[in-house]
Amino acid sequence: MTPAPWFGRRAKAARKTARQSVDALPDGLWTKCPQCSEILFNKELLKNMRVCNKCGYHYILGAAERIESIVDDGAFEEMDANLATVNVLEFDEYEPKLAKWRAKTGMEEAIITGVGEIDGRSVVLGVLDFHFWAGTMGGVVGERVVRAMEFAIQNDMPVIMFIASGGIRVTEGLPGLMQMAKTSAACAKLHEAGIPYIVVLTDNSLAGVLASYGSLGDFTISEPGLLTGLTADRVAKQAQVVNVPDNFRRAEFALQNGHIDRIVPRKDLKPTLIKLLAFCREQEDNEDAA
Amino acid sequence: MPPSWNILDFEKPIAELDEQIAEIKRLTAESGEDRTEDILALETDRDRLIEQIFANLSAWDKTLLARHPKRPYTLDYVRTIFDDYTELHGDRLFADDPAMVGGIATLDHRQVMFVGQQKGRDIKERGYRNFGSAKPEGYRKALRLMKLAEKFHRPVICFVDTPAADVNVGAEQRGISGAIARNMMEMATLKTPVVVVVIGEGGSGGAIGIALGDRVLMLEHSIYAVIPPEGFAAIVWKDAARGKDGAEVMKVTSEGGRELGLVDEVVKEPLGGAHRNMDLAARNLKAALVKHIDELLEVPIPELLDTRYKKFRGMGAYSEKMI
Repeated sequence: MTPAPWFGRRAKAARKTARQSVDALPDGLWTKCPQCSEILFNKELLKNMRVCNKCGYHYILGAAERIESIVDDGAFEEMDANLATVNVLEFDEYEPKLAKWRAKTGMEEAIITGVGEIDGRSVVLGVLDFHFWAGTMGGVVGERVVRAMEFAIQNDMPVIMFIASGGIRVTEGLPGLMQMAKTSAACAKLHEAGIPYIVVLTDNSLAGVLASYGSLGDFTISEPGLLTGLTADRVAKQAQVVNVPDNFRRAEFALQNGHIDRIVPRKDLKPTLIKLLAFCREQEDNEDAA
Repeated sequence: MPPSWNILDFEKPIAELDEQIAEIKRLTAESGEDRTEDILALETDRDRLIEQIFANLSAWDKTLLARHPKRPYTLDYVRTIFDDYTELHGDRLFADDPAMVGGIATLDHRQVMFVGQQKGRDIKERGYRNFGSAKPEGYRKALRLMKLAEKFHRPVICFVDTPAADVNVGAEQRGISGAIARNMMEMATLKTPVVVVVIGEGGSGGAIGIALGDRVLMLEHSIYAVIPPEGFAAIVWKDAARGKDGAEVMKVTSEGGRELGLVDEVVKEPLGGAHRNMDLAARNLKAALVKHIDELLEVPIPELLDTRYKKFRGMGAYSEKMI
């Protein structure tokens, strides 16, 4: 028997096999960190809010997990769950794709909106789920965002929007693009009414969603390491973007160039939100406290 | 340069007839022979041919027309439509963006603010105009000019002609996403009439960044889409070569925009496209602009803003299930 090679092509192949065998570990027990390749015990990972305890890599959180991690003891009530997706372009591949994402995630659409309690205060939340069709915004997402904002204006509640999106759902065509205009217009109303609006960027925060309501918050905070910019990688490659810095379109790049207020690790997210909300509290509340 | 470099495939039969007519005209001019009737007959034939060809154009053909190298660009229209145009430069923050032009203009007796994306005609100008892809400073300049229009109660006219916004490192550094978002938010509540015309390519976020207005018009052979057809094909079928199908599915044409209820009026182009008769194309567009501006100037501002908000508020498709 020949000894296992240390260098060269065969060694590379052997390392690949070894990695794959890790990937093939029984589901639900272990996960390998995509950044540092540390093998993480799933229970530990969950306890750590899906952040790698070695390198701090932030896994993408689903909408339900995100809401759970932010609101007080599950105090959340969904709104507009009855809005259903429409195949607006009558594109024959749309319905099968939609069915596929629904089966994969158990969700009906890419966003959950509703009212939750944070530190005892009612807040309107909108949380995109990147696992559902890359969190793309179509008619339902746009409408839910706008209705959530309108609800906040009517009930004088602050708004927190969590972004996790590849952009506009291109299979909804021009009506999809118009969701950018629609949600931005709603942001104008929000600001007119003096409602506090916080945007939390999470992995990925891209394209049409970033370039609309995702950029219009009073405060914009971001999880570390995430991807954020006007284009997804594939499109940037096609557009032949050159002279790219190392952290191009990462959260750190956004901070360095002045697009976000802070980078906040996941475990500090809720305390940070509480601070920001406290700053926005109405004057009479302060008087009450005094 | 081969003569066909700026002639589309489906335009070739037309171009051949054009050539024949020109040739006869040249020969008769030399010999003094009168062949007016022949020429007229040929011209009638050619026009019939154009009508036939243009009645059967696919969404992809329209995409090529919208990107036609001879198609009139923003400043070509500006020169013909406005009696006077004084360009204003710069965003007061970083730079002047030649891909986004704007300034004060007079539309007959009306003072208006004009902004629009500008493409380049030759290689040098294309580079200078960045192929009509505006950078953050371009969007900020546009917003600055629109805010001036608001201050002095002048209507705004926006011409959209861009493949997409610029996505290079500099544009990301200076916050292209935020600039586009900000424009839409401000335009939603801009206290003066805004008329938007897609004159060529209405490319995605790059377009919508100056396209939130009281009226949205499209020239007959322009396109308006969430992503270029090639990009759609690359995302949906992992095959950028299927742009033809992508254009069809997305309904990128002016009829598509009307059908989807997102475009208020389609402005007729001359037979064979705007590039065959620039003056007529500009005259048609001017008539449409005058009509819409005059209508909008009659509307009280609160009502104008309310209607504008509701217009965009109502866009997009969803259904409400009973629970």
